[in-house]
Amino acid sequence: MIEALLGSVVIFTLATFLGVELINRVPTTLHTPLMSGANAISGITIAGALIVAGGGHGWISTVIGFLAVVFAMINVVGGYAVTDRMLQMFKRKPGAK
Amino acid sequence: MSHAAVILSYLIASVLFILGLKWLSSPATAVRGNRVSGAGMLIAIVVTLLDQAILSFEVIVAGLVVGSAVGLWMARSVKMTAMPQMVALLNGLGGGASLLVGGGEFLKSELVNENLTLDVSITIQLSMLIGAVTIAGSLIAWAKLQEVMTGRAITFPGQKVLNALLFLAVVVLSAYQISVPESLLWPFYAVVGISLLLGILLVIPIGGADMPVVISLLNSYSGIAAAMTGFVIKNDVLIIAGALVGSSGIILSQIMCKAMNRSLANVLFGAFGATSASTKTAEGLTARQTAADDAAVQLAYAKSVIVVPGYGLAVAQAQHLVREMADLIEKKGGEVKYAIHPVAGRMPGHMNVLLAEANVPYDKLFDMDQINAEFERTDVCLVIGANDVVNPAARTDPGSPIYGMPILNADKAASIIVLKRGMGAGFAGIENELFFNPKTAMLFGDAKGSLQKVVTELKAL
Repeated sequence: MIEALLGSVVIFTLATFLGVELINRVPTTLHTPLMSGANAISGITIAGALIVAGGGHGWISTVIGFLAVVFAMINVVGGYAVTDRMLQMFKRKPGAK
Repeated sequence: MSHAAVILSYLIASVLFILGLKWLSSPATAVRGNRVSGAGMLIAIVVTLLDQAILSFEVIVAGLVVGSAVGLWMARSVKMTAMPQMVALLNGLGGGASLLVGGGEFLKSELVNENLTLDVSITIQLSMLIGAVTIAGSLIAWAKLQEVMTGRAITFPGQKVLNALLFLAVVVLSAYQISVPESLLWPFYAVVGISLLLGILLVIPIGGADMPVVISLLNSYSGIAAAMTGFVIKNDVLIIAGALVGSSGIILSQIMCKAMNRSLANVLFGAFGATSASTKTAEGLTARQTAADDAAVQLAYAKSVIVVPGYGLAVAQAQHLVREMADLIEKKGGEVKYAIHPVAGRMPGHMNVLLAEANVPYDKLFDMDQINAEFERTDVCLVIGANDVVNPAARTDPGSPIYGMPILNADKAASIIVLKRGMGAGFAGIENELFFNPKTAMLFGDAKGSLQKVVTELKAL
């Protein structure tokens, strides 16, 4: 099982370096949308939340799972929607009203 | 779904996240990037629902509906000035979800008397620790930004020692839980409680102008927490997505620190905004005052104008008036540019968003490095609600707390007009000698009121 953990550690490490390469050259203008967009991605915990909520392991697990789904979903939907709203403001042609 | 199909779907979701982040890095492709990343999320959710042995869909559907509705409402109604609070809150909810997932998996094992394997046991403890620190810290950051509590740094003697002891306590308790085969409740509650306290204590000593760093860092934590839950439920898409977010938050934190010429450790533990550590006082100096009509005349006949916007501009909701003023100046033949300091506003890139909302074309916004050489050739520099980022003490006064911080060269312009509420010190609590420069004229008052008068005068000219 430790081998399986190490396999995941390899993936985690490589993805961290990939993230650094992806983000490093972002212009200042996009820092806020980038952060809220990345923030939405961190809502991927939703996958774990669904498993806890739907597992049927008694009411405590269900309540915790429900809360986790709500939290993660606010994170996901709120993050993507607000990022889109900001990016729409940048999309207007320069000089246009 | 077959196991292979599930793995491949998660791979597709991961690739979409990576492409999404890549496209988010350029103004031309950013909208598409965000949507592609959203599509990745949708795939991940659907596949999880199809794959896992999910018994009760009612709870899940209710959670999805409530969460989506609240999220959508927040995204639609939030004011652009309140973006930092919004992101802090979303970071916190992400971290909170990770805490709940880690805690939920743990309680399940306690309930069914299942012995956790070593790897799951370790990562459950990590996801609870990081998740709890993220949600508690984010709520404090939210309260500071929302001005529910003081925005300044809160410090007390022995703070660092206490934090270190609490962290040690979490490590010991977690190690104990990991070492015993059965799942015990008391270390679980203790770890969650202490981690929440730790989150609060880590953020309260950070204040004022350092908030952008905190938000970036909490963003990073929320990603790492998600990655840890990925280890717990053995799902690579969580690990990949979480790691991407974790590193992006760290990068943005570093950019912010560099813009303030400080190390991350200094921001986190230096308690910068705690005292008003001004080394030079304003005693014996007088600032020259001006009136809106004089300022308007000066601006109307200027060939080149650089606007330096600060957070004070956003607080006064005066972005639209700035654009109106710029339009009038340009109609009279002058050229208006905007100089954006990396830490203008309260989160990275915040000022750009605020000006974009007021329809300021983004090709008129310039980074510090792009525009600093131009101040010397500029007729009028208009500083609106900015202070520390134009304080020459950063260049000249080795005793100043902001010494060495890169600043906008506003003092190099032929003349400077500063719109300011009063003579109070800035966010960092430091006197600004720019205000006493013979070339500087102070236009006191609320930024919105002052700009309104200037606009009226400009129209009359």
